[in-house]
Amino acid sequence: MTGRGSFRPEISLRVREALHGYGFILIWVLGFALFTALPLAQTFHYSVNQVTVTAASINLSFVEWANYTRALFTDPNFVELLVGYTIETLVSVPIVLIFAMIIAMFLNLKFRLKGVFRVIFFLPIVITSGPVIKELTAQGAASAPGIASLPAVVEFLEQLPRALRTPVEYLLTSFILILWFSGVQILIYLSSLQKVDRSIYEAAAIDGASSWEIFWKIILPSLSTATVVNAVYTIVTLSHFSENKVIRYIYDQTYDVQGGIGYASALAFIYFGVMIILLGIVYLFLMQWAKRKA
Amino acid sequence: MQQVLHHPIIERLRGLLFGSRARRGLTFTAALYALLIAIGFVYLQPLLFMFITSIKSPNDLLNPMVQWVPTELYLGNYLKAYRVLDYPNTLVTSVLISMTPSLLQTAVASLVGYGLARYRFWGKPLIFALLLATFIIPPQNTVIPQMLTYRDLGLLGNPLALILPALMGQGFRSAIFVLIFYQSFISLPKVLEESARLDGASDLRIFFTIAVPSALPAYIVSFIFSTVWYWNETFLTAIFLEGGVTTLPMQLSRFTQAYENLYPPGTVNIFDRLNEAVKMSGTFLNILPLLVIYFVLQRWFVESVEMTGITGE
Repeated sequence: MTGRGSFRPEISLRVREALHGYGFILIWVLGFALFTALPLAQTFHYSVNQVTVTAASINLSFVEWANYTRALFTDPNFVELLVGYTIETLVSVPIVLIFAMIIAMFLNLKFRLKGVFRVIFFLPIVITSGPVIKELTAQGAASAPGIASLPAVVEFLEQLPRALRTPVEYLLTSFILILWFSGVQILIYLSSLQKVDRSIYEAAAIDGASSWEIFWKIILPSLSTATVVNAVYTIVTLSHFSENKVIRYIYDQTYDVQGGIGYASALAFIYFGVMIILLGIVYLFLMQWAKRKA
Repeated sequence: MQQVLHHPIIERLRGLLFGSRARRGLTFTAALYALLIAIGFVYLQPLLFMFITSIKSPNDLLNPMVQWVPTELYLGNYLKAYRVLDYPNTLVTSVLISMTPSLLQTAVASLVGYGLARYRFWGKPLIFALLLATFIIPPQNTVIPQMLTYRDLGLLGNPLALILPALMGQGFRSAIFVLIFYQSFISLPKVLEESARLDGASDLRIFFTIAVPSALPAYIVSFIFSTVWYWNETFLTAIFLEGGVTTLPMQLSRFTQAYENLYPPGTVNIFDRLNEAVKMSGTFLNILPLLVIYFVLQRWFVESVEMTGITGE
């Protein structure tokens, strides 16, 4: 104690502040190493091995990239599931963003019964969980009521080229489900909208700008940061959702005799890679857009 | 013609219908409410559907005439679902399993958020990058080794398997909570803390006596959101708690199996077979506690952003 006290004055204030700061985040850094970095590295290690688990031990035999090539070139389901996931994500993200933006702009207005509508619109925050969504989908409560089975719609779908049909079909059958993923996004948009000084709208209106112009020239640019945040949030939530087909497949493979932990780990890394690429594409696209707006 | 169009009464009517600079017109108001109600219906429809199906008697289910209005209020489905879910037990378990990690996660996230907001040190961008990484990395990329480690330690099925990561800031969506606290501490004025420091208070003392009370809304919002997310999380809980404790969502996901254990299909009469009404009762019982929390604490949900001082970055 005395020893520490004696050289304390020699440490500059700057270093002391940094040390105290590290003190606050130390537990998180340790946690990151233990519960994120280490398991991630181990999962990667499993993914290049054939893993057999017995009651007493875990046996590894190195197989290089065999699990990865099997997933991408031999597995009859996985690539198809990945393509489906990519299409669903790329369809869902713009819908969630646009929808959340519209609702946030509504909630930013002043009108009667606003409180009631606000309570209803934020319901998804509490209810969106795997088993509940699964039960609702199974009972047909998640699709836009009846639209996908209307004869005219079915005929229209048959006319479409295959590449377009899957996204449109997905859109029709899961429209409500997609909307259920927009709770937090509305909150984020709303907070950005409330930051915009109301006098800017007034000034623009006095200068003769229409609501349409105000939306494109003032509101939308002020939402660009929130849009990037929301896009990332949406992609991550959809990709982590426990009823996601790819995740279910990976989970099943973990306990499968044919698959096993090594194979499931490889699948997990490929999935992670695809997710990062998707995030990257959407992020770059939105950044480009935000820059043009600014 | 021109004269008629600009007649004062027509002008006033137009103002009423289409609005003026000062106020909105009737058309706009009507359109606004129509859209709001339509969107509100999108959110309420599954809940209504769930609730109405859950009170349908077996006769109503078979009757194609009965869609939205059941002929009687039938509570038999709830009795069955209540038994199948083992409701009192799983409910208490769910509450404990979601609240304990949430409490710890909130406490740790506030420490980390405070450290990031108030201290200058080297490597801060790296910490933020790693925080983002913990948010993005899918759970299935880290869960298997954790599961195997817990198995070796005999912790599989033990709530500690969820509590330990939360205690070290690696719980479910911890990164979001760290960012919430970072934002709310950074938006708080520093003056009080600085004067306390001049008076010789230690860092931890300043944190607990000045920073924590002033960021109270952030604590409440984080705790509520964390509890709800833990409650709804089924991937991690299924893997870590399987074979040990059972939460409500876990029991719901194996509802069919549990039902057939209680009411074997061969032995019960046709009205006691598993039908969608019983399943919907189970689903409704599952979200009922969340709905109650939501309606009681709705202010904390809908105003969470304003209350925590998040600025949207």
